[in-house]
Amino acid sequence: MSTELKDDSTANADSREQFSSEIVASNVYKSYGAGPFAKEVVVDCSFTIESNKLTVMIGPSGCGKSTLIQLIAGFETADSGSITLNGKPITGPGKDRLVLFQESALFPWMTTYDNIMYGPRARGEDTKESTDLAEFLLNKVGLEAFRDKYPQQLSGGMQRRAELARAMINKPEIMILDEPFRGLDNMSKELMWEYYANIYEEDRNTNFFVTTDIDEAIFLADRLLIMTNLPTSTRAVIEIDIPRPRTIEGVVNSPRANEIKKEVMTLLHEEAMKSFSGGSKAAADFLDAYSKRVD
Amino acid sequence: MDKSMDPTTSASSSEVSSAALTMFRLSSWLKSPRPYLMLIGFAAVLAFWFFSVEVWKLPRFVDMPGPTEVFTEWFSKEPYYGLSVYTPEYYKHIGISLRRIAFAFFLATALGVPLGLFLGWSKTFREFIFPLFELLRPIPVLAWVPLAIIMFAGSETPVIFLTFLASFFATTLNTMLGVESIDESYSRAARCLGANRWQTFKHVVVPGAMPYIFTGLQISIGVAWFSLVAGEMVSGQYGLGYLINTSYMMIEYPKIIIGMITLGIVGYTTSAMVRILGDYLMQWRVRELALGDN
Repeated sequence: MSTELKDDSTANADSREQFSSEIVASNVYKSYGAGPFAKEVVVDCSFTIESNKLTVMIGPSGCGKSTLIQLIAGFETADSGSITLNGKPITGPGKDRLVLFQESALFPWMTTYDNIMYGPRARGEDTKESTDLAEFLLNKVGLEAFRDKYPQQLSGGMQRRAELARAMINKPEIMILDEPFRGLDNMSKELMWEYYANIYEEDRNTNFFVTTDIDEAIFLADRLLIMTNLPTSTRAVIEIDIPRPRTIEGVVNSPRANEIKKEVMTLLHEEAMKSFSGGSKAAADFLDAYSKRVD
Repeated sequence: MDKSMDPTTSASSSEVSSAALTMFRLSSWLKSPRPYLMLIGFAAVLAFWFFSVEVWKLPRFVDMPGPTEVFTEWFSKEPYYGLSVYTPEYYKHIGISLRRIAFAFFLATALGVPLGLFLGWSKTFREFIFPLFELLRPIPVLAWVPLAIIMFAGSETPVIFLTFLASFFATTLNTMLGVESIDESYSRAARCLGANRWQTFKHVVVPGAMPYIFTGLQISIGVAWFSLVAGEMVSGQYGLGYLINTSYMMIEYPKIIIGMITLGIVGYTTSAMVRILGDYLMQWRVRELALGDN
């Protein structure tokens, strides 16, 4: 009966709020440097991160996607154009938008549990509700046994999961993920896709996910934004109508997924060709991979 | 309800594991060639000292006391020159030197760490202070001796001031470097999670700079002994530097060697204490490094 009680309390802790938040970027322009050294990174870029959908942005590497994340997160401001959250312009970072960056930013001097509890504690919300949710999330990302370990004692995949939990405990209206699974080996990567998709499917809050990996993009996305090469703007939007919940096997065997994949690759290939003629190493790498995959 | 139990249980379990880790390290250290190489190193130096002074009687070593003379004096109940482990005077020298070190080191840490943190944290503050700091830092402690004697009354304060000075520069500079070394993604993450500027300072800057701070404190305690001895040779009464210098003037050469070896042992002990304190405060780092150990 005590277990029943416990289940009940964790279920309460997880009655997570459902938000409907939408981000609209219109005619965004951003350049770095000044005068003759100025480099245009984002030019006339417009897109919508629709509410309660998982929007994935894909584009050639080094194409300015991270800059867009910095703008949406509010760490930087656009030179012209506007980015709005539910109609209000974004002026700075806020807890409504949580960003998971490429590099692990777990605090090395805090245990897994303290890392996860950091957000609530920083805001003075070290309440029963927060600790219950922390327990629930630890369990959810499979790290109960590692609660008192320090980040350096965790594997790469565990670190990413801990970071996911650290973000989710704050119940952000919008989760922004910048190539969060980059650098993981393929096995942990696919595991992370399933973990992450599973978490997303539970509340279906607005998620914005940036990647360069086509398989990752198709497996995760409701909507796929395909970006052009530098300077970045939106090249195409594809609705991924593969039913949820998805499994790796299901998506691999789905004819629809393969159809989408070919379409995306063709679009990205064109973009990569453009920068290839501009002498980009990243583009050359992509072309190399492309020639191996399409046959 | 068992959550209130959690910190205590986890703390005691980590203590057990760290004790086990120490035992494991000790036993693997004894199994490795390291302790035996170390003994050979000590033996070689002692042997060289013994042969050059007492057996071969090399020309420049005539006035140098040999190991037999030094160790007999050091451990004698009735020392010929009046200084051995059985005389209270010996401990008075050690005690007074230690007290000066403690005072200067804590003062340097108490002022240097906060100053270093703010130098690293605030760009404006750094523009004010750092150029001045960089100009004063290369001045050797010995160059400060006359000024220290003129500025401070008595014989005690100049010595403490000199000892403090070198420590202070080492601690401040390393703390500042520590703050600068912190990856920006940590402060960004903290801000993103809702921490304000002060919380970011407390939770990210201070712990993030900790490894550098303790490197600084290691250097600081080393240079503190260096400047202490310099200070004690010029000014002050009692203390190991004073002992060495007066023994030279009084032509009581074995006492010089006793003073020097004692300095080595006490200096090493204080520096080990700083390291142990650092390991204790930075459990995360100890465990991080312990993973790759052996």
